[in-house]
Amino acid sequence: MDALTAHLSEFGHGLVTTVELTVVTTVGAMLLGIVVATLRIAPVPLLRAIGTAYVEVFQNLPLLALLVLFVFALPTIGITFPLFTSAAIVIAVYEGAYLAEAIRAGINTVGVGQAEAARAIGLTFGQSLRHVILPQGLRAVIQPIGNICIALLMNTSLAAAVGVVELTQAANTVNLVEAQPIAVFTGAGLAYMLLALIIGQVTGLLERRLAIVR
Amino acid sequence: MNQTQKILFDEPGPRAQRRIRIATVLGAVLLAGALAAAVYQFASHGELAAERWEPFTTWPIWRYLFNGLWATLRAAAATAVLSAALGLLLALGRLSTHRPLRWLAGAYVEVFRTVPTLLLIYVTLFALPQYGMNFPLFWKLVVPLVVSNSAAFAEIFRSGILALDRGQTEAGLAVGLRRGQVMALVVLPQALLQLTPSLVSQLVGLLKDTSLGFVVSYTELLYSGQVLSSYTHLLIQTFLVVALIYLVVNASLSKFARVLQARNGRFGGRRARRAAELPPPLIEGNTPR
Repeated sequence: MDALTAHLSEFGHGLVTTVELTVVTTVGAMLLGIVVATLRIAPVPLLRAIGTAYVEVFQNLPLLALLVLFVFALPTIGITFPLFTSAAIVIAVYEGAYLAEAIRAGINTVGVGQAEAARAIGLTFGQSLRHVILPQGLRAVIQPIGNICIALLMNTSLAAAVGVVELTQAANTVNLVEAQPIAVFTGAGLAYMLLALIIGQVTGLLERRLAIVR
Repeated sequence: MNQTQKILFDEPGPRAQRRIRIATVLGAVLLAGALAAAVYQFASHGELAAERWEPFTTWPIWRYLFNGLWATLRAAAATAVLSAALGLLLALGRLSTHRPLRWLAGAYVEVFRTVPTLLLIYVTLFALPQYGMNFPLFWKLVVPLVVSNSAAFAEIFRSGILALDRGQTEAGLAVGLRRGQVMALVVLPQALLQLTPSLVSQLVGLLKDTSLGFVVSYTELLYSGQVLSSYTHLLIQTFLVVALIYLVVNASLSKFARVLQARNGRFGGRRARRAAELPPPLIEGNTPR
């Protein structure tokens, strides 16, 4: 237990970095997901193909391979970002593909009548999407989106493998100093479970507030 | 393309067709621009030079990468078999009538679903050796993967078993089978058939997880790429090729999952399908109506 209390500041910094990374990438991935889901149902065949290719590529590549490619290999062609930014971009792009699929599933649950009504009163594709389809479609998939956010939280730990000092890396560093693996890793595991619990609670709250009971 | 998606836009008239053409051209220009920028970046740093790509036309390099792929597939296969078996046990535990068993399995699943795999890998790398559990490299990768993937498999199996019509269990009990028999003979065969697509997608996820071998220094595909690039100094080329291999392998697996989904999770041809639809009579001479 001493190992935990003696290194509270390291753990604190790691926890804050993990939370920051999670929040930033969730927002980024959500925006990307909406854009890609829209592309996949757009009237323009080329845009649909781009959306499909995006989802296929990023769902089938390991996140760690993307991180390594971005952090270690891109500098050789002169593209460098700060480490945290790189990790955030890669994780957002990767999870964006999963969110896009979840959002598309949500759009599919919206009744055909809704879309027809929107078209009938003269809304354009963009307007009907913004005012009619997305608000209903997103509400239908709050739970799946919450699950993807929990997966995202766990995936932020992979940033440790390319050198971002977040919770997992902090735990590892503290353990190398203190050599009390049980206390240190259990502490980190509990912190992750707590964060996942918070995401789950928020999802449940949103679901109760926003979901449309039919 | 299903109905909702089609109804979002009508059959395009002349004006809409013009707009679609404009959007296509704009999209193509943007895409070409991005591609040109990428090519420019590669070229201006000399990474497009023929000798920096030439090694990837030689067999030794590919043999090395294929060895890595083979190690990836081996790790994935071991993880898949072990975690599917453990996951099935956990799912049965969570659905059992014994409260302690239910509680234990539930706790395991809830804990390991929310702890990152990398943290578990650090535990096997740095914590367990202190207690005399120093696995070989292969198992240092596979054990943590099994621990976390079995929780995911347990949830898939549980949802599949719960999704099956209650009447199946009740009928099984009514004809005098014990609970274990009902599960083994009636519920599981049907649930597994329905679950095949989700199980295959989990397989893709698991194959991607084996890239954590990079952290363990187990020479699977990604770490092979790392080793290779530290010899050849062809960083971006190697990792692009590695990414391409992952893409091909996983896309074929995903494609397979979609085919299964389209066939409603059935492997076999017509005979297997008919057998699945018409279960044989449980009692001789008593044909189902």
